[in-house]
Amino acid sequence: MNSWANIKTIAKRELVAYFASPLAYVFIVIFLLLCGFFTFSVKPNLFDRGQASLSGTFFFWHPWFYMFLVPAVGMRLWAEERRVGTLELLLTMPITAWQAIVGKFLASWLFLGLALALTFPVVWTVNYLGTPDNGVIFASYIGSWLMAGAYLAISCMTSAMTRTQVVSFIISVVVCLFLILAGFQPVVDFISGFAGPKVVDFVTSFSVVTHFEGFQKGVLDSRDVLFFLSVIAFSLFTTGVILRSHRAG
Amino acid sequence: MINVENLTKTFGAKRAVDGISFSVERGEVLGFLGPNGAGKSTTMRMITGFLPPSGGRISVGGHDVVDQPIAVKRLIGYLPENAPAYTDMTVNGFLSFSAEIRGLRGDAKKKAVSRAVEMCFLERVLHQSVETLSKGYRHRTCFAQSILHDPDVLILDEPTDGLDPNQKHEVRQLIRRMGEKKAIIFSTHILEEVDAVCSRAIIIDRGRIVANGTPLELRRKSEYAGAITLSVRGVSASAVTQKLSQLSSAKRTSVIAENGSKVTVTVFPKPNMDGELTRAVIDATQVWQVEELRTEEGRMDEVFRSITMPDTAKSPESRVQSPQS
Repeated sequence: MNSWANIKTIAKRELVAYFASPLAYVFIVIFLLLCGFFTFSVKPNLFDRGQASLSGTFFFWHPWFYMFLVPAVGMRLWAEERRVGTLELLLTMPITAWQAIVGKFLASWLFLGLALALTFPVVWTVNYLGTPDNGVIFASYIGSWLMAGAYLAISCMTSAMTRTQVVSFIISVVVCLFLILAGFQPVVDFISGFAGPKVVDFVTSFSVVTHFEGFQKGVLDSRDVLFFLSVIAFSLFTTGVILRSHRAG
Repeated sequence: MINVENLTKTFGAKRAVDGISFSVERGEVLGFLGPNGAGKSTTMRMITGFLPPSGGRISVGGHDVVDQPIAVKRLIGYLPENAPAYTDMTVNGFLSFSAEIRGLRGDAKKKAVSRAVEMCFLERVLHQSVETLSKGYRHRTCFAQSILHDPDVLILDEPTDGLDPNQKHEVRQLIRRMGEKKAIIFSTHILEEVDAVCSRAIIIDRGRIVANGTPLELRRKSEYAGAITLSVRGVSASAVTQKLSQLSSAKRTSVIAENGSKVTVTVFPKPNMDGELTRAVIDATQVWQVEELRTEEGRMDEVFRSITMPDTAKSPESRVQSPQS
């Protein structure tokens, strides 16, 4: 299909660009170091828990790592194109803006998937130490990748808003922080102190942490999957609207 | 090939393009002239489908830019202002990517890239990163991207900007050669380029077309078109201007230089009387010792200034006027 070929061409260029710059290697190294450190050294660590499981330790920290690492991956996607002027080139090629948006997003999402896959020694470790439920681990990985995709789509959107990467980074960190805090226990307690359970439910329904918890129990709940996919779809759609509004004048 | 009808573009309250209409056929090279901010780039961006028009219609090769953007974009090769290119790619990588997105694969892709590389003299930097290129090479890399797919329509925004004189010459030659088979629009600030390359030129000012014609026609609008400049020895400047000003076909005269006993004077014709003026000047000056006599073709820069800045159009030497005018 023609549009798929265009998406693939865009995605390929974007992936090559990641690995042509130090960004990709810096990101992977930092992500792996953080995962290792927080899983094995920060209390309660994997050994303290005494369970052959990655939930509550390794995966517990992912929403927080992603909060500032994913915007660092996504911030250049559109801001850089606008700054250098290649956006004009890209959007006068015989492709639709959608193909460019989806192509760029997929490239970055695949890259995040690669970084996530490189954490496999942790899986190997718990399998060596005991007999974990690998189904739960697999579901958690799927959830983690979907969550990364949601953060990435948000960064994509903020990247389209500005030609300055730093501004894009800061805005998307704040948005991602909100998505985490909406389900953070102290915040939930704070809100339930003055608001009814309906309001609390509404706010926590935006929480990536709450939706990610299901995956960590090994449950692939369609509502959780749908939540992340709809954040992705909404953010990419908004990216398209923002890109169009810049040109409409 | 390109049809622009009553095109407008507003940015907030500002009208960047205000009711422009023109058309370009295959085999034509149209020069876009105008001061900075006149709306040249905005017009080009609308033709290439980057900016949506606020009003009016554009069709390229029979396709409407708004309704069938992809069909239009396939026909067009575009060199944006400042020649952007992906700095994190090599020249070869960038051109291959551009070819792929134009739908070229395999052998066709390789052929297209090597043809464009050859035409733009990029062999030496083929495997260099775009980031490390000099401005001239970067410019030509982006230019190569625009001709990759051998498009029927070329839109070039200041294609010779930032090039050295030799490269400028090469690019002009290239545009003129390609202009035989394509419809080309290019913008420039360099007025000689219009003579060297264009078959037709449009001058835009404040979003409107203020002149449209062949380079010759535009130059004919100049006060200098058909003017005669002559150098005479042994006669005073006032005697020369007095005699020449009395010619019925002369509008006015101006003294360009007085150097010892030699006087250089320009006589401007009345509208459409340059033939008569030539004959009259020859008759009138037979008694003098004329050392030099030439007919001016008209000056593009003067036309440009008189059209885009009507208040300050007079060139410095024309302020030294003969008493009669």
